[in-house]
Amino acid sequence: MTVMPAELDQAAVWAWLADVADPEIPVISVVDLGIVRAVEVAHDSVTVTLTPTYSGCPATHVIEAAVREALQAHVEDVRIVTRLSPAWTTDWLSDEGRRKLQGYGIAPPAQQVIDISALRGGLAAAVSRRAGIGPTAVPCPHCGSTHTELTSQFGSTPCKALYRCRACREPFDYFKCH
Amino acid sequence: MDAKVQYLLRLGDNALVLSQRLSELCGKGPALEEDMALTNVALDLLGQARLWLTHAGELEGRGRDEDALAYLRDAHDFHNVLLVEQPNGNYAHTLVRQFYFDAWHYFQVGALAQSADVRIAEIAAKSLKEITYHLRRSGDLVVRLGDGTALSHEYTQTAADELWMYTGEAFQYDAIDEQMAAAGIAPPAATLRAQWLAHVGDIFAEATLAMPSPDAWMQKGGKTGRHSEHLGYLLAEMQFLQRAYPGAAW
Repeated sequence: MTVMPAELDQAAVWAWLADVADPEIPVISVVDLGIVRAVEVAHDSVTVTLTPTYSGCPATHVIEAAVREALQAHVEDVRIVTRLSPAWTTDWLSDEGRRKLQGYGIAPPAQQVIDISALRGGLAAAVSRRAGIGPTAVPCPHCGSTHTELTSQFGSTPCKALYRCRACREPFDYFKCH
Repeated sequence: MDAKVQYLLRLGDNALVLSQRLSELCGKGPALEEDMALTNVALDLLGQARLWLTHAGELEGRGRDEDALAYLRDAHDFHNVLLVEQPNGNYAHTLVRQFYFDAWHYFQVGALAQSADVRIAEIAAKSLKEITYHLRRSGDLVVRLGDGTALSHEYTQTAADELWMYTGEAFQYDAIDEQMAAAGIAPPAATLRAQWLAHVGDIFAEATLAMPSPDAWMQKGGKTGRHSEHLGYLLAEMQFLQRAYPGAAW
């Protein structure tokens, strides 16, 4: 069904977008993920601005197609704009999204990202071998223990690392800070 | 060809060729974790290559998109440094090549993120987040292997020595690089080289590896299309499908 232009408002579009699941982690929506940067409504068209997570993430195209499909159920003219800057960061994950990740067995990012503003502090500090592997504990999403360890800096998708819990012995994915 | 287009092709080709090399290890990594790490790094680099090549094609204005540039150029039209086309060798070679590249890539792209060119700065800022993670990982592994067993130390030292001659080209600026540096787009060679040497030196010291001489003789030619014999084979595999079945799509 196509709504009349008068009924088309931003809140409605955001609500429709909140039903578009991330193809890799279907419990969170593209809104939870923080990649929807702007929604513009004009007469009978909608423009959605998306910011990709990782440059090579294969889900990027799937997400665009899913957003288009979801909105075209309501509006015929859907435009999608890709915006690179400012670059996506896990700080944009919603609180709701973090809770859903936890419930799904993926530990959400444990700390705020220092981000590339750290550039001003010198590039060398950011790549100290211990940067990002510091004392911040990643709680196990299964039993809550912080007695966990990193097994691999990369996991099943670019956005995750592999951990294991030394208390309950379960391995788990960690949505790494980015 | 416009200097900026050439410079963008260098950036894109470095990422693309190394991505293809790392992809060869998909399903063949020495451990599951390394297999996933190498292919994830390959994926990041491929994404970055797409951004650089797309921008190069747009600026060039001859209708070439990322696919035309990746699949329909011959070896002498590729502008990557020789380092990234070197074969995977044993795992120490793969890892040291990655570390040498990551360290250079990190400081280069870090400077590009502050570039006078807005689009280049945007792509660089996006890529830098990924590259930072790559460099942490490869630096960490160089230390673990260098300061590991006698055997892992020996392999890593040998790889470090053998690949060293391919590290100089990145800092030997030609007219194109100089033009980019003068325009405030690319960092000056001397700064980049000093940062790279300092970081590699720190990691090698921690890894108990001997740092080869910065004044050693260096190979060059990749940036201007004179490649080692390895690139042709890599491209043959990467480009076969599009060459044999032009326009093939999923």
